[in-house]
Amino acid sequence: MVPLQWYLILSAVLFCVGLYGVLARRNAIAILMGVELMLNAVNVNLLAFWRYREPASAVGQVFAAFVYLVAAAEVAVGLALVVAVWRTRATVVVDDVDQLRG
Amino acid sequence: MTQQALFILFGVITVAAAVAVVTVRNLVHAALFLLLAFFGIAGLYVLLEAPFFAAIQLFVYMGAIGILIIFGIMLTRGMMREDQPRANEQWVLAGVLTLALLAVLVWLAWQQPGVETIEAVPENTIALLGMALVDPAGFVLPFELASVLLVVAFIGAVTIVRER
Repeated sequence: MVPLQWYLILSAVLFCVGLYGVLARRNAIAILMGVELMLNAVNVNLLAFWRYREPASAVGQVFAAFVYLVAAAEVAVGLALVVAVWRTRATVVVDDVDQLRG
Repeated sequence: MTQQALFILFGVITVAAAVAVVTVRNLVHAALFLLLAFFGIAGLYVLLEAPFFAAIQLFVYMGAIGILIIFGIMLTRGMMREDQPRANEQWVLAGVLTLALLAVLVWLAWQQPGVETIEAVPENTIALLGMALVDPAGFVLPFELASVLLVVAFIGAVTIVRER
């Protein structure tokens, strides 16, 4: 059997790789891809805890299912925003979209 | 033993593809590596005996979200020229912060007490999940709210991108 720690560490690595993508990439779509990696890392964590601690209860799976749902909504709205910004400002570089900076 | 070998195989695929997603220059390649990372995670779900989530990972993530992201890249293509930097000027700081967070998370994961005896997953785990989602004593309210959230999000997305 794979130790629980292996899953947790893999999920931590995945989360941090995604976080680096969110913080360091300039393209808005690349940032969205980093967010997707982070959400997946969370789901690996949730399902690992479900499997090792409470496999008889459905709660862990329900939580993971809601993460999927929110991820779907997030990527749809996120890409719509990127396309809208590209139409009005002709850029997808987030550093150039700063008119709310004040 | 086989399970550990498979975990290492899928884990290496996932992490290598994820690192490629945040580092490669070409965004289309990044999207394809993202699909590979999703595939590795689906393999991990099979190892975790969560077949429903392995299937959903393939359908929703590799299918729907992957296609959406590739469409997004195609719709905004030409905006990122090859000679521009792919990371902003704070990438060193971001890397240091991320590594610090990783150290904390790995330390926390290591503190986690191990599980020696692991219970078997019930036979009808997918049926249990479905029952919990429509059970009034379970999650029927969040489930219905989730459908409202999806409708709001998709109407919002269509409204945002509509030509005026």
